[in-house]
Amino acid sequence: MKKLATYATLITALAVLLMVGRSIASGIRANEQVVRVSASTFQFEPSEVTVKKGVPVTLELVSEDRHHGFKLPDFHVRLDVKPGVLEKVRFVPAKVGKFTFICDVFCGDGHEEMSGTLNVIE
Amino acid sequence: MNRRDLLKLTGMGVAVFVSGTTVRASGSRQKKNESFYFVQLSDTHWGFNGPNINPDSQGTLKKAVLAVNAFDEQPDFVVFTGDLTQTTDDRRIRRDRMAEFRDTVSQLNVKTVRFMPGEHDASLDRGEAYQEFFGDPHYTFDHSGVHFITLDNVSDPTASVGDKQLQWLQADLKKMKKDARIVVLTHRPLFDLAPDWDWATRDGAAVIDTLLQHPNVTVLYGHIHQEHHHMTRHIAHHAAKSVMWALPEPGSFPKKAQIPGDAAEPYKGLGFRNVEADVARARYEIEELSIVKG
Repeated sequence: MKKLATYATLITALAVLLMVGRSIASGIRANEQVVRVSASTFQFEPSEVTVKKGVPVTLELVSEDRHHGFKLPDFHVRLDVKPGVLEKVRFVPAKVGKFTFICDVFCGDGHEEMSGTLNVIE
Repeated sequence: MNRRDLLKLTGMGVAVFVSGTTVRASGSRQKKNESFYFVQLSDTHWGFNGPNINPDSQGTLKKAVLAVNAFDEQPDFVVFTGDLTQTTDDRRIRRDRMAEFRDTVSQLNVKTVRFMPGEHDASLDRGEAYQEFFGDPHYTFDHSGVHFITLDNVSDPTASVGDKQLQWLQADLKKMKKDARIVVLTHRPLFDLAPDWDWATRDGAAVIDTLLQHPNVTVLYGHIHQEHHHMTRHIAHHAAKSVMWALPEPGSFPKKAQIPGDAAEPYKGLGFRNVEADVARARYEIEELSIVKG
Protein backbone atom coordinates (compact mmCIF):
# COMPACT_ATOMS: atom_id res chain seq x y z
CA MET A 1 0.00 0.00 0.00
CA LYS A 2 2.89 2.31 0.89
CA LYS A 3 4.53 1.54 -2.45
CA LEU A 4 1.32 2.38 -4.28
CA ALA A 5 1.12 5.78 -2.52
CA THR A 6 4.73 6.51 -3.40
CA TYR A 7 4.11 5.64 -7.05
CA ALA A 8 1.01 7.88 -7.09
CA THR A 9 2.99 10.79 -5.61
CA LEU A 10 5.76 10.29 -8.15
CA ILE A 11 3.31 10.19 -11.05
CA THR A 12 1.58 13.38 -9.82
CA ALA A 13 4.92 15.13 -9.43
CA LEU A 14 5.97 14.08 -12.93
CA ALA A 15 2.68 15.32 -14.38
CA VAL A 16 3.11 18.70 -12.67
CA LEU A 17 6.70 18.94 -13.91
CA LEU A 18 5.53 18.08 -17.43
CA MET A 19 2.87 20.82 -17.40
CA VAL A 20 5.31 23.41 -16.08
CA GLY A 21 7.85 22.31 -18.66
CA ARG A 22 5.31 22.72 -21.47
CA SER A 23 4.37 26.18 -20.27
CA ILE A 24 8.02 27.22 -20.13
CA ALA A 25 8.68 25.70 -23.56
CA SER A 26 5.76 27.64 -25.07
CA GLY A 27 6.78 30.83 -23.30
CA ILE A 28 3.53 31.00 -21.37
CA ARG A 29 3.75 31.64 -17.66
CA ALA A 30 1.33 30.38 -15.07
CA ASN A 31 -0.51 33.70 -14.61
CA GLU A 32 -0.39 34.68 -18.27
CA GLN A 33 -3.58 35.49 -20.22
CA VAL A 34 -3.62 33.75 -23.59
CA VAL A 35 -6.03 35.15 -26.18
CA ARG A 36 -6.47 33.73 -29.65
CA VAL A 37 -7.83 36.10 -32.31
CA SER A 38 -8.55 35.15 -35.90
CA ALA A 39 -8.61 37.68 -38.73
CA SER A 40 -10.70 37.35 -41.87
CA THR A 41 -12.29 39.76 -44.33
CA PHE A 42 -13.37 42.02 -42.70
CA GLN A 43 -13.47 41.17 -39.02
CA PHE A 44 -11.59 40.01 -35.99
CA GLU A 45 -13.02 37.12 -34.03
CA PRO A 46 -13.52 37.81 -31.20
CA SER A 47 -13.83 41.52 -31.83
CA GLU A 48 -13.99 42.26 -28.09
CA VAL A 49 -11.32 40.94 -25.78
CA THR A 50 -11.21 41.46 -22.02
CA VAL A 51 -7.99 41.13 -20.05
CA LYS A 52 -6.76 42.06 -16.57
CA LYS A 53 -4.52 45.03 -15.97
CA GLY A 54 -0.95 44.15 -15.08
CA VAL A 55 -1.22 40.50 -16.07
CA PRO A 56 0.87 39.61 -19.12
CA VAL A 57 -1.11 38.84 -22.28
CA THR A 58 -0.04 36.57 -25.09
CA LEU A 59 -2.02 37.25 -28.24
CA GLU A 60 -2.13 34.44 -30.76
CA LEU A 61 -3.16 35.63 -34.19
CA VAL A 62 -4.12 33.70 -37.27
CA SER A 63 -5.53 34.71 -40.64
CA GLU A 64 -8.36 32.73 -42.15
CA ASP A 65 -7.94 34.08 -45.67
CA ARG A 66 -5.50 36.80 -46.71
CA HIS A 67 -2.77 39.10 -45.44
CA HIS A 68 -4.08 41.21 -42.57
CA GLY A 69 -2.45 43.33 -39.93
CA PHE A 70 -3.06 43.71 -36.21
CA LYS A 71 -2.32 47.06 -34.64
CA LEU A 72 -3.02 48.04 -31.04
CA PRO A 73 -1.46 51.52 -30.92
CA ASP A 74 -1.99 52.20 -27.21
CA PHE A 75 0.29 49.29 -26.28
CA HIS A 76 2.64 49.61 -29.27
CA VAL A 77 1.60 46.21 -30.55
CA ARG A 78 1.56 45.42 -34.26
CA LEU A 79 1.92 42.27 -36.32
CA ASP A 80 1.50 41.06 -39.86
CA VAL A 81 -1.02 38.23 -39.88
CA LYS A 82 -0.68 35.89 -42.85
CA PRO A 83 -2.57 32.69 -43.71
CA GLY A 84 -0.98 29.53 -42.35
CA VAL A 85 1.24 31.32 -39.84
CA LEU A 86 0.48 31.50 -36.12
CA GLU A 87 1.82 34.81 -34.84
CA LYS A 88 2.30 35.55 -31.17
CA VAL A 89 2.96 38.75 -29.32
CA ARG A 90 3.27 39.32 -25.60
CA PHE A 91 2.59 42.55 -23.73
CA VAL A 92 1.51 43.76 -20.32
CA PRO A 93 -1.63 45.93 -20.29
CA ALA A 94 -0.56 48.61 -17.86
CA LYS A 95 -3.68 50.79 -17.97
CA VAL A 96 -7.41 50.25 -17.60
CA GLY A 97 -9.79 51.22 -20.38
CA LYS A 98 -11.12 50.39 -23.82
CA PHE A 99 -8.55 50.37 -26.60
CA THR A 100 -9.12 49.97 -30.32
CA PHE A 101 -7.20 47.47 -32.43
CA ILE A 102 -7.35 47.58 -36.20
CA CYS A 103 -6.25 45.83 -39.33
CA ASP A 104 -3.49 48.03 -40.75
CA VAL A 105 -2.85 46.08 -43.96
CA PHE A 106 -5.33 47.13 -46.63
CA CYS A 107 -7.40 44.03 -47.32
CA GLY A 108 -10.38 45.14 -49.43
CA ASP A 109 -13.68 46.95 -49.48
CA GLY A 110 -14.48 46.46 -45.79
CA HIS A 111 -10.97 47.14 -44.52
CA GLU A 112 -11.87 50.44 -42.89
CA GLU A 113 -14.42 48.72 -40.63
CA MET A 114 -12.07 45.91 -39.55
CA SER A 115 -11.40 46.70 -35.93
CA GLY A 116 -12.01 45.50 -32.40
CA THR A 117 -11.80 46.55 -28.77
CA LEU A 118 -9.48 45.47 -25.99
CA ASN A 119 -11.10 45.97 -22.57
CA VAL A 120 -8.56 46.18 -19.80
CA ILE A 121 -10.13 45.76 -16.35
CA GLU A 122 -8.78 45.90 -12.79
CA MET B 1 -17.08 85.30 -64.83
CA ASN B 2 -13.99 84.58 -62.78
CA ARG B 3 -13.57 81.95 -60.09
CA ARG B 4 -14.43 84.32 -57.28
CA ASP B 5 -17.60 85.49 -58.96
CA LEU B 6 -18.58 81.86 -59.34
CA LEU B 7 -17.96 81.26 -55.66
CA LYS B 8 -20.27 84.09 -54.71
CA LEU B 9 -22.92 83.20 -57.25
CA THR B 10 -23.24 79.57 -56.26
CA GLY B 11 -22.87 80.14 -52.56
CA MET B 12 -19.94 77.79 -52.36
CA GLY B 13 -19.25 79.07 -48.91
CA VAL B 14 -16.42 80.87 -47.28
CA ALA B 15 -13.18 80.50 -49.08
CA VAL B 16 -10.44 79.62 -46.65
CA PHE B 17 -6.89 80.42 -47.43
CA VAL B 18 -4.06 78.63 -45.79
CA SER B 19 -0.63 80.03 -45.99
CA GLY B 20 2.27 78.68 -44.03
CA THR B 21 1.11 78.21 -40.48
CA THR B 22 -1.82 80.56 -40.60
CA VAL B 23 -5.42 80.18 -41.72
CA ARG B 24 -7.14 83.37 -42.70
CA ALA B 25 -10.43 84.43 -44.19
CA SER B 26 -10.88 85.07 -47.85
CA GLY B 27 -9.55 88.19 -49.45
CA SER B 28 -9.57 89.16 -53.08
CA ARG B 29 -7.08 87.27 -55.15
CA GLN B 30 -4.87 89.18 -57.51
CA LYS B 31 -2.69 87.68 -60.14
CA LYS B 32 0.85 88.03 -58.91
CA ASN B 33 4.10 87.64 -60.67
CA GLU B 34 5.64 84.26 -60.12
CA SER B 35 2.39 82.75 -59.08
CA PHE B 36 0.16 80.10 -60.53
CA TYR B 37 -2.65 77.97 -59.33
CA PHE B 38 -3.67 74.37 -59.64
CA VAL B 39 -6.63 72.28 -58.51
CA GLN B 40 -6.42 69.36 -56.10
CA LEU B 41 -9.17 66.75 -56.20
CA SER B 42 -9.03 63.71 -53.98
CA ASP B 43 -10.73 60.48 -53.02
CA THR B 44 -13.15 60.36 -55.91
CA HIS B 45 -13.81 56.61 -55.25
CA TRP B 46 -15.33 56.03 -58.66
CA GLY B 47 -17.50 52.89 -58.45
CA PHE B 48 -18.67 53.53 -54.89
CA ASN B 49 -22.35 52.82 -54.44
CA GLY B 50 -23.96 53.86 -51.17
CA PRO B 51 -27.22 55.80 -51.56
CA ASN B 52 -27.39 56.62 -47.86
CA ILE B 53 -23.87 58.09 -47.99
CA ASN B 54 -23.91 59.81 -51.37
CA PRO B 55 -27.14 59.49 -53.38
CA ASP B 56 -25.40 61.12 -56.35
CA SER B 57 -22.31 58.90 -56.42
CA GLN B 58 -22.45 58.79 -60.22
CA GLY B 59 -22.77 62.54 -60.57
CA THR B 60 -20.54 64.18 -58.00
CA LEU B 61 -17.25 63.81 -59.84
CA LYS B 62 -18.88 65.05 -63.02
CA LYS B 63 -20.12 68.13 -61.15
CA ALA B 64 -16.60 68.79 -59.92
CA VAL B 65 -15.24 68.51 -63.47
CA LEU B 66 -17.87 70.96 -64.71
CA ALA B 67 -17.11 73.36 -61.85
CA VAL B 68 -13.41 73.40 -62.73
CA ASN B 69 -14.22 73.86 -66.42
CA ALA B 70 -16.40 76.84 -65.51
CA PHE B 71 -13.50 78.79 -64.04
CA ASP B 72 -12.74 81.72 -66.28
CA GLU B 73 -9.12 81.50 -65.37
CA GLN B 74 -8.16 77.88 -65.82
CA PRO B 75 -5.66 76.23 -63.48
CA ASP B 76 -2.23 75.30 -64.78
CA PHE B 77 -2.95 71.69 -63.94
CA VAL B 78 -5.20 69.40 -61.92
CA VAL B 79 -3.93 66.77 -59.52
CA PHE B 80 -5.84 63.82 -58.09
CA THR B 81 -4.35 62.68 -54.80
CA GLY B 82 -5.44 59.05 -54.78
CA ASP B 83 -8.39 56.73 -54.28
CA LEU B 84 -9.45 57.49 -57.81
CA THR B 85 -11.60 54.36 -57.72
CA GLN B 86 -13.39 52.27 -55.11
CA THR B 87 -11.55 49.04 -54.43
CA THR B 88 -12.76 45.64 -55.58
CA ASP B 89 -11.38 42.11 -55.51
CA ASP B 90 -12.43 41.67 -59.12
CA ARG B 91 -9.57 42.46 -61.53
CA ARG B 92 -11.92 43.23 -64.42
CA ILE B 93 -14.17 45.54 -62.43
CA ARG B 94 -11.09 47.36 -61.09
CA ARG B 95 -9.98 48.08 -64.63
CA ASP B 96 -13.50 49.05 -65.73
CA ARG B 97 -13.66 51.59 -62.93
CA MET B 98 -10.27 53.01 -63.83
CA ALA B 99 -11.30 53.33 -67.47
CA GLU B 100 -14.55 55.06 -66.51
CA PHE B 101 -12.74 57.39 -64.14
CA ARG B 102 -10.19 58.26 -66.81
CA ASP B 103 -12.95 58.94 -69.34
CA THR B 104 -14.79 61.20 -66.89
CA VAL B 105 -11.79 63.33 -66.00
CA SER B 106 -10.74 63.53 -69.63
CA GLN B 107 -13.65 66.00 -69.86
CA LEU B 108 -11.55 68.54 -67.95
CA ASN B 109 -10.58 71.46 -70.15
CA VAL B 110 -7.19 71.49 -68.48
CA LYS B 111 -5.09 68.97 -70.29
CA THR B 112 -2.29 68.58 -67.75
CA VAL B 113 -3.71 66.19 -65.19
CA ARG B 114 -1.54 64.39 -62.62
CA PHE B 115 -2.51 61.24 -60.80
CA MET B 116 -1.35 59.11 -57.92
CA PRO B 117 -2.85 56.04 -56.34
CA GLY B 118 -4.69 55.53 -53.09
CA GLU B 119 -4.96 52.21 -51.30
CA HIS B 120 -8.29 51.56 -53.01
CA ASP B 121 -6.55 51.75 -56.39
CA ALA B 122 -3.35 49.95 -55.69
CA SER B 123 -3.06 47.99 -52.45
CA LEU B 124 -4.74 44.74 -53.51
CA ASP B 125 -2.58 44.19 -56.60
CA ARG B 126 0.45 46.27 -55.62
CA GLY B 127 -0.40 48.90 -58.20
CA GLU B 128 -0.57 46.62 -61.24
CA ALA B 129 -3.86 47.92 -62.68
CA TYR B 130 -3.13 51.50 -61.63
CA GLN B 131 0.15 51.48 -63.54
CA GLU B 132 -1.54 50.11 -66.65
CA PHE B 133 -3.80 53.15 -66.71
CA PHE B 134 -1.86 55.97 -65.08
CA GLY B 135 1.83 55.07 -65.16
CA ASP B 136 4.38 55.41 -62.39
CA PRO B 137 2.89 55.79 -58.92
CA HIS B 138 5.81 57.97 -57.79
CA TYR B 139 7.51 60.62 -59.89
CA THR B 140 8.54 64.25 -59.95
CA PHE B 141 7.70 67.19 -62.14
CA ASP B 142 8.67 70.84 -62.16
CA HIS B 143 6.29 73.68 -62.74
CA SER B 144 7.09 77.40 -62.75
CA GLY B 145 9.80 77.17 -60.13
CA VAL B 146 8.19 74.56 -57.89
CA HIS B 147 9.48 71.01 -57.65
CA PHE B 148 6.60 68.56 -57.17
CA ILE B 149 7.24 65.08 -55.77
CA THR B 150 4.51 62.46 -55.76
CA LEU B 151 5.08 59.74 -53.19
CA ASP B 152 3.39 56.36 -53.23
CA ASN B 153 2.48 55.16 -49.73
CA VAL B 154 -0.23 52.74 -50.83
CA SER B 155 1.02 50.22 -53.41
CA ASP B 156 2.54 48.38 -50.48
CA PRO B 157 -0.58 47.30 -48.56
CA THR B 158 1.21 47.88 -45.27
CA ALA B 159 1.01 51.63 -46.06
CA SER B 160 4.75 52.01 -46.41
CA VAL B 161 6.86 54.09 -48.75
CA GLY B 162 9.61 51.48 -48.55
CA ASP B 163 13.40 51.71 -48.55
CA LYS B 164 13.74 51.81 -52.34
CA GLN B 165 11.40 54.78 -52.78
CA LEU B 166 12.92 56.51 -49.78
CA GLN B 167 16.35 56.23 -51.39
CA TRP B 168 14.88 57.56 -54.64
CA LEU B 169 13.47 60.53 -52.70
CA GLN B 170 16.79 61.19 -50.99
CA ALA B 171 18.62 61.07 -54.33
CA ASP B 172 16.09 63.46 -55.87
CA LEU B 173 16.35 65.94 -53.01
CA LYS B 174 20.13 65.82 -53.15
CA LYS B 175 19.93 67.35 -56.63
CA MET B 176 17.79 70.24 -55.39
CA LYS B 177 19.06 73.55 -54.07
CA LYS B 178 18.63 73.94 -50.34
CA ASP B 179 15.95 76.62 -50.74
CA ALA B 180 14.08 74.88 -53.55
CA ARG B 181 10.30 75.21 -53.48
CA ILE B 182 9.07 71.69 -52.91
CA VAL B 183 5.51 70.37 -52.84
CA VAL B 184 4.99 66.74 -51.90
CA LEU B 185 1.80 65.12 -53.17
CA THR B 186 0.76 61.89 -51.53
CA HIS B 187 -2.31 59.97 -50.48
CA ARG B 188 -1.98 59.05 -46.81
CA PRO B 189 -0.75 61.42 -44.11
CA LEU B 190 2.99 61.13 -43.65
CA PHE B 191 2.65 61.89 -39.93
CA ASP B 192 0.73 59.92 -37.30
CA LEU B 193 -2.58 61.76 -37.53
CA ALA B 194 -4.75 59.03 -35.96
CA PRO B 195 -2.95 55.68 -35.71
CA ASP B 196 -5.99 53.87 -34.30
CA TRP B 197 -7.91 54.95 -37.39
CA ASP B 198 -5.01 53.88 -39.60
CA TRP B 199 -4.39 57.46 -40.63
CA ALA B 200 -0.64 57.28 -40.91
CA THR B 201 2.21 56.01 -43.07
CA ARG B 202 4.21 53.26 -41.44
CA ASP B 203 7.59 54.71 -42.39
CA GLY B 204 6.35 58.28 -42.70
CA ALA B 205 8.76 59.50 -40.02
CA ALA B 206 11.72 58.57 -42.22
CA VAL B 207 10.18 60.51 -45.12
CA ILE B 208 9.58 63.56 -42.93
CA ASP B 209 13.14 63.39 -41.56
CA THR B 210 14.38 63.51 -45.15
CA LEU B 211 12.08 66.40 -46.08
CA LEU B 212 12.95 68.41 -42.97
CA GLN B 213 16.41 69.06 -44.40
CA HIS B 214 14.79 71.48 -46.84
CA PRO B 215 13.22 74.71 -45.55
CA ASN B 216 10.46 75.12 -48.16
CA VAL B 217 8.39 71.96 -48.17
CA THR B 218 4.60 71.65 -48.19
CA VAL B 219 2.66 68.38 -48.28
CA LEU B 220 -0.77 68.01 -49.91
CA TYR B 221 -2.59 64.75 -49.35
CA GLY B 222 -6.01 63.07 -49.21
CA HIS B 223 -7.21 59.85 -47.55
CA ILE B 224 -9.00 61.40 -44.58
CA HIS B 225 -11.87 62.95 -46.58
CA GLN B 226 -11.80 66.33 -44.88
CA GLU B 227 -9.82 69.52 -44.69
CA HIS B 228 -7.05 69.27 -42.12
CA HIS B 229 -3.90 71.26 -41.44
CA HIS B 230 -0.88 70.20 -39.44
CA MET B 231 2.70 71.34 -38.95
CA THR B 232 5.76 69.14 -38.48
CA ARG B 233 8.23 71.86 -37.53
CA HIS B 234 8.42 73.96 -40.71
CA ILE B 235 6.58 71.47 -42.96
CA ALA B 236 2.86 72.15 -43.49
CA HIS B 237 0.58 69.19 -44.25
CA HIS B 238 -2.83 69.95 -45.80
CA ALA B 239 -5.48 67.25 -46.27
CA ALA B 240 -8.18 67.70 -48.89
CA LYS B 241 -11.86 66.86 -48.84
CA SER B 242 -13.24 63.93 -50.78
CA VAL B 243 -15.48 64.21 -53.79
CA MET B 244 -17.46 61.10 -52.71
CA TRP B 245 -18.07 61.01 -48.94
CA ALA B 246 -17.03 62.77 -45.77
CA LEU B 247 -15.41 61.28 -42.68
CA PRO B 248 -15.55 62.58 -39.09
CA GLU B 249 -12.78 64.49 -37.37
CA PRO B 250 -9.89 62.27 -36.34
CA GLY B 251 -10.55 60.59 -33.00
CA SER B 252 -14.03 62.09 -32.62
CA PHE B 253 -15.63 58.60 -32.53
CA PRO B 254 -14.28 55.27 -31.23
CA LYS B 255 -14.77 53.78 -34.70
CA LYS B 256 -14.52 55.80 -37.85
CA ALA B 257 -17.45 55.59 -40.23
CA GLN B 258 -18.66 57.41 -43.30
CA ILE B 259 -20.88 60.39 -42.51
CA PRO B 260 -24.38 59.67 -43.87
CA GLY B 261 -25.64 61.95 -46.59
CA ASP B 262 -28.01 64.76 -45.65
CA ALA B 263 -30.98 65.15 -48.02
CA ALA B 264 -31.26 68.83 -47.12
CA GLU B 265 -27.57 69.38 -47.92
CA PRO B 266 -26.71 66.59 -50.36
CA TYR B 267 -23.03 67.47 -50.91
CA LYS B 268 -22.20 68.61 -47.40
CA GLY B 269 -18.58 67.95 -46.53
CA LEU B 270 -17.56 67.17 -50.09
CA GLY B 271 -15.33 69.36 -52.17
CA PHE B 272 -12.03 70.16 -53.78
CA ARG B 273 -9.55 72.99 -53.61
CA ASN B 274 -7.59 75.53 -55.55
CA VAL B 275 -3.98 75.98 -54.54
CA GLU B 276 -2.24 79.16 -55.48
CA ALA B 277 1.52 79.04 -55.36
CA ASP B 278 3.37 82.24 -54.54
CA VAL B 279 6.71 80.97 -55.72
CA ALA B 280 8.87 83.87 -54.59
CA ARG B 281 7.63 83.63 -51.00
CA ALA B 282 7.23 79.84 -51.04
CA ARG B 283 3.65 80.23 -49.80
CA TYR B 284 0.51 78.44 -50.83
CA GLU B 285 -2.98 79.81 -50.52
CA ILE B 286 -5.61 77.13 -50.36
CA GLU B 287 -9.14 77.91 -51.37
CA GLU B 288 -11.62 75.24 -50.29
CA LEU B 289 -14.56 74.75 -52.61
CA SER B 290 -17.75 72.77 -52.18
CA ILE B 291 -19.70 70.64 -54.58
CA VAL B 292 -23.01 72.31 -55.32
CA LYS B 293 -26.35 71.04 -56.49
CA GLY B 294 -27.04 71.89 -60.07
